[in-house]
Amino acid sequence: MEVAVENIVHKFTKAIADNFSGGIMPENVRNKALADLQENRFPTTRDEYWKYTRVNRISTKSFKTQQGKISNIENLKIADLDSHVVVFVNGFFIPEFSDLDALKNSGVNLLSQGAEAKFIEYSTHIFDQLNQAFTTDGVQIHVAKNVVLEKSIEIIHIQTGNEVINNLYHSIEIERHAQAQVVMSFYSVDAQQCFTNLNTTIRVHDGAHLTLSKIQTEDNSNYHIATEQVNQDANSNFTINTITLGGELVRNNLNIRVNGQNCETNLNSAYILKENQLVDNHTVVDHRVANCVSNELYKGVIDDKATAVFNGKVFVRPDAQKINAFQSNGNVVLSNDASVNSKPELEIYADDVKCSHGSTTGQLDEKAIFYLRSRGIGEKQARELLVQAFVGDVLDKLQEPVRAHVDSILENRFGWQPA
Amino acid sequence: MLKINNLHASIDGKEILKGLNLEVKPGEVHAIMGPNGAGKSTLASVLAGKEDYEITNGTIDFEGKELNEMEPEDRAREGLFLAFQYPVEIPGVSNINFLRAALNAKREYHNMEPLSAKDFMALVREKSKVVELDPKLASRAVNEGFSGGEKKRNEIFQMAMLEPKLSILDETDSGLDIDALRIVANGVNTLKSDNNATIVITHYQRLLDYIVPDFVHVLYNGKIVKSGPKELALELEEKGYDWIKAELGEIV
Repeated sequence: MEVAVENIVHKFTKAIADNFSGGIMPENVRNKALADLQENRFPTTRDEYWKYTRVNRISTKSFKTQQGKISNIENLKIADLDSHVVVFVNGFFIPEFSDLDALKNSGVNLLSQGAEAKFIEYSTHIFDQLNQAFTTDGVQIHVAKNVVLEKSIEIIHIQTGNEVINNLYHSIEIERHAQAQVVMSFYSVDAQQCFTNLNTTIRVHDGAHLTLSKIQTEDNSNYHIATEQVNQDANSNFTINTITLGGELVRNNLNIRVNGQNCETNLNSAYILKENQLVDNHTVVDHRVANCVSNELYKGVIDDKATAVFNGKVFVRPDAQKINAFQSNGNVVLSNDASVNSKPELEIYADDVKCSHGSTTGQLDEKAIFYLRSRGIGEKQARELLVQAFVGDVLDKLQEPVRAHVDSILENRFGWQPA
Repeated sequence: MLKINNLHASIDGKEILKGLNLEVKPGEVHAIMGPNGAGKSTLASVLAGKEDYEITNGTIDFEGKELNEMEPEDRAREGLFLAFQYPVEIPGVSNINFLRAALNAKREYHNMEPLSAKDFMALVREKSKVVELDPKLASRAVNEGFSGGEKKRNEIFQMAMLEPKLSILDETDSGLDIDALRIVANGVNTLKSDNNATIVITHYQRLLDYIVPDFVHVLYNGKIVKSGPKELALELEEKGYDWIKAELGEIV
């Protein structure tokens, strides 16, 4: 049995390594990851962390490392967003769509051009190890002390081809009292069964602000695993908005350590699923010290045979008093074959805290549908209005023009009229 | 405009309407009164097309069209409007977007171009005055957090926007204080014309001081058992319903 398992990982890594030339990770990190991979196996649903998500859709494929080309980024860049653009295709930086000097001036440097991959953490998870062993490129964003970036940093990730892996690593560091907005978007252009495996490490220093918005909208035949390791220092503010619309299998691991007092942490996510999609959000907010606030709002709409998984952990460590931690996961199921596994977890070891969590899964309100129909709105449109309204409070967290961009994707994908 | 003939309707196999007849002509206001459980709200729901109710016999003719098998949205587009006894709260859907969708769905049904945003907003401003609705409520989510009076005014505001041929007010007076009642009634009276008609379903005569009916019908045990001029409402208020039951030969 062990031998067979080893062979799967070996076969998997060999296919990636065939066309891979060194990458951008420090030698010691890479070698350690390669060695660890030899001992590792793909998780199964017997592993608690992967209980509801089978990865054999990924582990049985032979993903290859392969550069790709695209002719333009029209419709991919967010219209009207004042931003510095960085474009990656299949995990490789594409210079012709970026202004490198402007990027440098904003503290954005490419790993493939000598920037250091910072804050890398050793991991036991196989997808993190794959990332560290085979990352082809990524950015290092470093916003210096007191700098407020006027322009957003817009990182566009494109997959193209057949069974191609996109291994990327980004590090984001916002120094004291600096402020930035980063938008990461993910697209497929003529891609089938491609796999994006992204690791991001984030450090938000004392008094700094970072908003990270992720728009995951790859085609439904592709796979996506993303892991963010976030560390917040005192008085910092970190907001992450994750909008998941595409991908056959999407797994988001979001781990936030709040290491300093008086921090604010916001986690917002909307996922709107159909067909055979499986989207799994695992979040951890670790309140290690006192006097902090975290708000987590994850809402989803699940149609056809799609599955949503939510596992949200909130830790409040001993002595982390006066913590306000709120977590909510809401799901609307539109078909009998759709399913939801929601597991909110609170572990509180301090006694003077205010924490709440809630999870709801239900159907659309038939009374509301009748009310809308009785005013002349067709049944299909009535249902759409209610679905849009359900995820609306998450979408409202997005700032313009990111919101308008998401609305236009929703219009293309579901025929929704912008609210 | 509306001809109901021998209407039988049931819910969960229980017959509520048992051979109801009613005719409403343009320009008329009809009041339907009756004791609790007589079938008043069932009649409103059946007319609006609520699917929980099954029509087992009889016909409903609206402007020459058979309503029985018509979808609720098409009834609305044909010009039927139900002001709900309990308006539904719809979090996340703004009143404005809801009304624009409703109005344009109706216009599309009648092969008309959608209203421009500018014309639509002008209409909202004009019609919100009819029920003295705070314009701020128009941008809030449908009925969410509205007081009882605001909800009912919002129903009449929607009625003003959609300009129905036939409006059915289902216990619109329930829960209203006298000021709100006056505003709602005023709105209904303002919208009244020779081309439209109103059915006022109510338990109390009070509303009919403000919305004066041409005919009053007593609904009892699933049928209209007595009809008369507006004075009938006063008589019912004074004497209750027992004398009607007595007239019907029931032991009181």
